Amino acid sequence: MYDFAYHKPASVADAVKILAADPDARPISGGMTLLPALKLRLNKPTAVVDLSGIAELRGVKRDGDSLVIGALTRHYEVATSAEVKASIPTLAAMAATIGDTQVRNRGTIGGSVANNDPSADYPAALLALGATIQTDKRKLAAEDFFTGMFTTALDVGELVTAIHIPIPKKAGYAKMRNPASRYSMAGVFVAQTASGVRVAVNGAGANGVFREKAMEAALAANWSADAVAGVKVDAGLLNGDIHGSAEYRAHLVTVMAKRAVVDAG
Amino acid sequence: MNVVTPFEGIGASLRRKEDFRFLQGRGQYTDDINRPGQTHAVMLRSPHAHATIDRIDTAAARAMPGVKAIFTGPDMAAESIGGIPCGWQIHNKDGSPMAEPMHPALALGKVRHVGDPVAVVIAETRSQARDAAEAIVVDYTPLPAVSGTEAALAPGAPQLHEGAPGNLCYDWHIGDKAAQEAAFARAARVVKFETTNNRLVPNAMEPRVAIGDFDSFSGDYTLYTTSQNPHVIRLLMGAFVLHIPESKLRVVAPDVGGGFGSKIYHYAEEAIVTWAAGKVKRPVKWTCERSESFVSDAHGRDHVSTAELALDEQGKILGLKVHTLANMGAYLSTFAPCVPTYLYATLLSGVYSTPVIYAEVKAVFTNTVPVDAYRGAGRPEATYLLERLMDVAAAEAGIDKVEFRRRNFIRPDQFPYQTPVALQYDSGNYHATLDACLETAGWAGFEARRAEAKARGKLRGIGISTYVEACGIAPSAVVGSLGARAGLYEVGVIRVHPTGSVTVLTGAHSHGQGHETTFAQLVAEKLGVPTANVDIVHGDTAKVPFGMGTYGSRSLAVGGSAMDKAMDKIIAKGKRIAAHLMEASVEDIEFERGTFRVAGTDKTKSLTDISLAAYVPHNYPIEEIEPGLEETAFYDPKNFTYPGGCHICEVEIDPDTGHVEVVNFTAVDDVGRVINPMIVEGQVQGGVAQGIGQALLEAAIYDPSGQLISGSFMDYTMPRAGDLPDVGVATHTTLCTHNPLGVKGCGEVGAIGSPPAVMNAVVDALRDYGVRHVEMPATPQKIWGIVNAHRLAAE
Repeated sequence: MYDFAYHKPASVADAVKILAADPDARPISGGMTLLPALKLRLNKPTAVVDLSGIAELRGVKRDGDSLVIGALTRHYEVATSAEVKASIPTLAAMAATIGDTQVRNRGTIGGSVANNDPSADYPAALLALGATIQTDKRKLAAEDFFTGMFTTALDVGELVTAIHIPIPKKAGYAKMRNPASRYSMAGVFVAQTASGVRVAVNGAGANGVFREKAMEAALAANWSADAVAGVKVDAGLLNGDIHGSAEYRAHLVTVMAKRAVVDAG
Repeated sequence: MNVVTPFEGIGASLRRKEDFRFLQGRGQYTDDINRPGQTHAVMLRSPHAHATIDRIDTAAARAMPGVKAIFTGPDMAAESIGGIPCGWQIHNKDGSPMAEPMHPALALGKVRHVGDPVAVVIAETRSQARDAAEAIVVDYTPLPAVSGTEAALAPGAPQLHEGAPGNLCYDWHIGDKAAQEAAFARAARVVKFETTNNRLVPNAMEPRVAIGDFDSFSGDYTLYTTSQNPHVIRLLMGAFVLHIPESKLRVVAPDVGGGFGSKIYHYAEEAIVTWAAGKVKRPVKWTCERSESFVSDAHGRDHVSTAELALDEQGKILGLKVHTLANMGAYLSTFAPCVPTYLYATLLSGVYSTPVIYAEVKAVFTNTVPVDAYRGAGRPEATYLLERLMDVAAAEAGIDKVEFRRRNFIRPDQFPYQTPVALQYDSGNYHATLDACLETAGWAGFEARRAEAKARGKLRGIGISTYVEACGIAPSAVVGSLGARAGLYEVGVIRVHPTGSVTVLTGAHSHGQGHETTFAQLVAEKLGVPTANVDIVHGDTAKVPFGMGTYGSRSLAVGGSAMDKAMDKIIAKGKRIAAHLMEASVEDIEFERGTFRVAGTDKTKSLTDISLAAYVPHNYPIEEIEPGLEETAFYDPKNFTYPGGCHICEVEIDPDTGHVEVVNFTAVDDVGRVINPMIVEGQVQGGVAQGIGQALLEAAIYDPSGQLISGSFMDYTMPRAGDLPDVGVATHTTLCTHNPLGVKGCGEVGAIGSPPAVMNAVVDALRDYGVRHVEMPATPQKIWGIVNAHRLAAE
């Protein structure tokens, strides 16, 4: 990696101040994406602002009908949280499938959300659950936050601080892993929420995570695997690579949607 | 006094001595070595598959902090540094030698694959060397490139080398073409089959590392390197590249973390750091990164083949005809030319009494990383082609696939069996390994499992492979006549110390095989010395006499046999000393596991009594025998060894996703005498893991312009624990008839026997879909494509 300055602020305010003063500084949470990029010299920040010293950003709590998960909460903590397992068990189960043991003990929900990797698990979960992403200066609905592949509504220097997730009536998730990377090649998160049935897809969209409205309508009318089985996904909106063409991914989205509904029960 | 528990000898599943240090992180790998005053090297590599180098400007880079030196191809050429040599010369059908283009260590005027090294930067730190490498300006003019095996031979294809018109390295053949044509003319049926053997990236856990060291007082060079055969590296690099006398060059290969063939070869980086150490008068260390290893370690396999099998009315094989194109990559790696010829086409008889075979092989240059031997080397390609062809032929002839194989097996009473493609198999019992494997795998009860899986929505299939391979390489005179530029004997030294412990020096090299345990067991068995008192020394040309290293499952069959011969000499000398000490005639001295006895008496001397007498020769037949108890033997095998056996695989396919899961795998192998059953089981399991990897997961994919698309673990699918079943391993032994231990070798059988078993199971699972063949790897996308096409056709 190239040389960079290193900061470890103890508060969100201090972190934001450092980032505001240097637009080429990069925040680092678990570092599961940024560190490999630095090692490969694909990224050359002037400074790295290590958020791991900000204790207030870590932990899971229940707030009325919502779960509030601090941005620095690690995947392992979500996977094993009694609160998450009790209220949104499929979210805990999903967190347990992210990366491997080492990744789950380093990677954080805030880092995953801010990175918005199209193959990451959390963006689909938050989009389907109708979550709100809280930053150091505002609150954004998930559909307003995730704006495209590796892009979000975050301004330069703006930090995700917490995720608010309304507890759904039921939710389910299924994904087909890329055989090599084991990231999602087509993952579908389904939820019955207070605002209706929501279905979000990761791994497949040419523009990142997206809601599959036709499936939402089908499931609203009839919550069953058979209901989504007949919904054909438009391959023209999907991406393809050596592991999966857009046509294959379109098929997989339907298969995973069926399995997600079964998972939700 | 040495007391041996009988359980340490041949046949004991002794825990591996070396694992104590490996499992505790105490191994000493090349990257763990740091020499005083060491500098660091970084290779600047070509981003282009094919380009001319118009200009290299290193001025800015040279001025950067910490930079000691920057060298390019012309710098090495100016000192008459030779090209990286090839160790095997194949001759064309017309008797002319193969095309053997110059392989400069650093590119000279042209780059021919992505990753071709262009310059080396030597700096105080690795980071400084990387910074400077980025500051080197290279002006390239990109040229059209070709990466595909067939495309390289097409008219108008981009040409890689002036000395290789049409990109042809050689056009070779073996067998009797006229006899083959005659056999086909009278055949009741000819079955034709075409397939591609996928290109693989070996990916040893430990990336390559090389450290060059130069002692300016003595003029001695030392190379520390991740090698399977340090003497071979010393010979090739010293004699052909750097022109350093062997007396002035030491090569050390310490603990090595996996090789699978990819660490046999002499690589450019080894010569570069050794030469550069002499230039900068400081040690120079290069550590390969994983992404760099994808474009600089030799790849494996990459064949395109057509095979035709002629059958009579009864399903007996009359003849086989094979045409293969083999991708050599951009340059000839050390043993590349022999892999698709003498390690491949000579195995096309398989376990069958095929009376006539004719095979022709064309090797081609492409703008890709050089291809060379990878676990099994040629034999997996032959076995895959033949065992898939056997299934296809059985289906088309309407004969049960097991019965078809049995009908054509070489019978136990036919050994030694001369094939029509040069090899003579010394021993084997293919019926026995087949029967044992069918029984263990529950072949007869499979249809019930298929039905049960179907009820769960899964497509279950079963596949079989019966195979033989040739290893324990090799008789030096034979391989010499076939083009090898080296001998393939092995050396062993048995050094019995004064108080009876033993040091063994061997030219074989352990990089995961457990030699320190297996070889110690040979000594325990024969000399009666506890394995704890036996140390195995390997991997250092300053310690071990000239030996040939480890590949081709040869360490035990050749290296172990050398030790056995050396132990015979120890015993013979020991008997003479014992006869003197016990005042008996040497003919009356018997030796068994550490004890010399006067036959028919209770007069004995232990090995320790004898070794002490040998080194403290106060009461000693000094007029007749020299002091000391150390013997060296060189063993040159009389033949290859021929492990074989049967692998049976069961898979389940999820038709919704195309995912293939291996649910059962049974291997019954004849590896000759088994020294350590636990180590054999581990070797077979590891080989099967790589075979399943090739069959279902792994593929090095180049785009037509020569960019490696699967150039990292994000896109190259390495097998993981969860992809593998608990492989059931059993052995059924027939002894090798020509080496003293009766051993055959077990390192490669898993990777050779398994891919066709897996693919035969995949095709069987898809039998209702009208599938004749599926190419490796059987990825989910590929399988779904088959299922989906069938569904669309039905609609």
